[in-house]
Amino acid sequence: MTALVKPRGLFVGLILLCLLAIWLSLALGPVSLPLIDTLRAALRLIGVPLAPEGLEQAELILGQIRLPRTLLGLAVGGVLALSGVAMQGLFRNPLADPGLVGVSSGAALGAAVAIVGGSVFGGLPEWFGPYLLSACAFLGGLGVTALVYRLGRHNGRTNVATMLLAGIALTALASSAVGLFTYLADDATLRTLTFWNLGSLNGASYARLWPLLIISTGVALWLPRRAKALNALLLGESEAGHLGINVERLKRELVFCTALGVGAAVAAAGMIGFVGLVVPHLVRLLAGPDHRVLLPASVLAGASLLLFADLVARLALAPAELPIGIVTAFIGAPFFLYLLLRGRA
Amino acid sequence: MLRAHNLHIRRGRKTVLADVSLQLKPGEVLGVLGPNGAGKSTLLGALCGELAASDGEVLLDDRTLKDWSGQQRAQRMAVLPQVSTLDFAFSVEEVVGMGRLPWQSGRVRDDEVVAEALLAADAGHLGGRSYLALSGGERQRVHLARVLAQLWPGQAGQTLLLDEPTSMLDPLHQHTTLQAVREFADRGAAVLVILHDLNLAARYCDRLLLLEGGRPVALDTPQQVLRPDSLKAVFGLEVLVQQHPERGHPLIIAR
Repeated sequence: MTALVKPRGLFVGLILLCLLAIWLSLALGPVSLPLIDTLRAALRLIGVPLAPEGLEQAELILGQIRLPRTLLGLAVGGVLALSGVAMQGLFRNPLADPGLVGVSSGAALGAAVAIVGGSVFGGLPEWFGPYLLSACAFLGGLGVTALVYRLGRHNGRTNVATMLLAGIALTALASSAVGLFTYLADDATLRTLTFWNLGSLNGASYARLWPLLIISTGVALWLPRRAKALNALLLGESEAGHLGINVERLKRELVFCTALGVGAAVAAAGMIGFVGLVVPHLVRLLAGPDHRVLLPASVLAGASLLLFADLVARLALAPAELPIGIVTAFIGAPFFLYLLLRGRA
Repeated sequence: MLRAHNLHIRRGRKTVLADVSLQLKPGEVLGVLGPNGAGKSTLLGALCGELAASDGEVLLDDRTLKDWSGQQRAQRMAVLPQVSTLDFAFSVEEVVGMGRLPWQSGRVRDDEVVAEALLAADAGHLGGRSYLALSGGERQRVHLARVLAQLWPGQAGQTLLLDEPTSMLDPLHQHTTLQAVREFADRGAAVLVILHDLNLAARYCDRLLLLEGGRPVALDTPQQVLRPDSLKAVFGLEVLVQQHPERGHPLIIAR
């Protein structure tokens, strides 16, 4: 068999891993909560009637800080991994990354505009302030991806090779624009910009969480409906067409889901690299390339990986925090090299 | 039934296929022969709707290809391309199972069909292997099993288009593959197959289309098409044509 693990075993393992990650993510931090207290407080938060004695502090930390942070990590990790699967399917290459269609660099540009140019938007209504950065990042990601997609179209067909090259060109362009904003920034905004470019789950709030939760749930429900079509797409675009798949619509859906998902993830937590690349690959090594297993398993694995990376980020230099993008890159880049060299052997 | 009427394909200002009219009849294997660049694959691309005709039309059951939904068309017509670029470690059964995509026939039935199609393509022993671990010829047989599974068991009204299905196969499997195609047609499906080996074409095809420079030179039985003068004209090859001592079909020997 090509799969090392049977799907059922894989899902049981991943669900247990994910639950463990959630538990640790709720329990550990600058103030460590006893694991049992965490569990009881979490149960109380979801409405299980338990005696509240001695849980006041746990409940406060959990409800206000750890729970939104954990939910943010789950959603960001899950949707980044899903987008990775979608892009690797679209480009029919296991080394493809969600950043290839320009969504990450577009979002970075949008964020840079918001951070550095923020004072220019001084006249905005008060309630919109916290959303400005997220909205700009989201729209930047969507905009650049739409442009990449448009450039890849010719005679009513989308050429993924052209899209790939257009994505590289626009990524370079967006990066240089971000560089320009970095050069123009003063010290305070520079720090915000840097931290944001490296990603962080810090400062998660329910207000920033909802849009992402809605979008990532939507993507997570939609993409698995296309699992068989994605399998067929790996045969080649014309082969998929001969099997009755509307290939142009499928490609459009994949790009749209990625733009939406990664855009929302970057808008909520900054740039977090390598999750979308490494997670689908890892799951494929364990369970084979069938998208009916790969898609849901990648959601679980991506969510778990991001929570563990976040634990490292907040515990390694406690009480200071590492940007999580640094942690995922530290794990992801060597793994990527390992995959490259392994393929060569 | 698939019909092409007065088909022309232009690429830029160059006409790469001109004036092709043909009908794929149920139960018949139609072979397409011609030198490299004669327009064989272009013809196949036009017949399956991948290339738009600049002139003329392709009709599947009297409706143009565009009027069919993808799924309905895929239930009636399967296409095997010359090369496949699958680069993911699917198991052999998973690859063949992709042929069942147009059908909602359920897992049990799909597994049966996959097993039967693998046997038909003489690839039953490859079951359980990873596709990436197979040789070129084994992959080709797995893809043949995939397109057979797509139309399995094969009946009148269905069409199978094959682009050089034997190009990477050893001599034995060239015969077993075309024998499987022959049996598939005997159950009622119409088959068009692009071939390079004139003797294989003579043995397994009911009719042959000879193409040269994008134009049809002959469309007739193997006895009529495989003549020394026309083969000399199209391929520039001096041949002797004799009769197969046991089977009676033409036997082509290079001089």
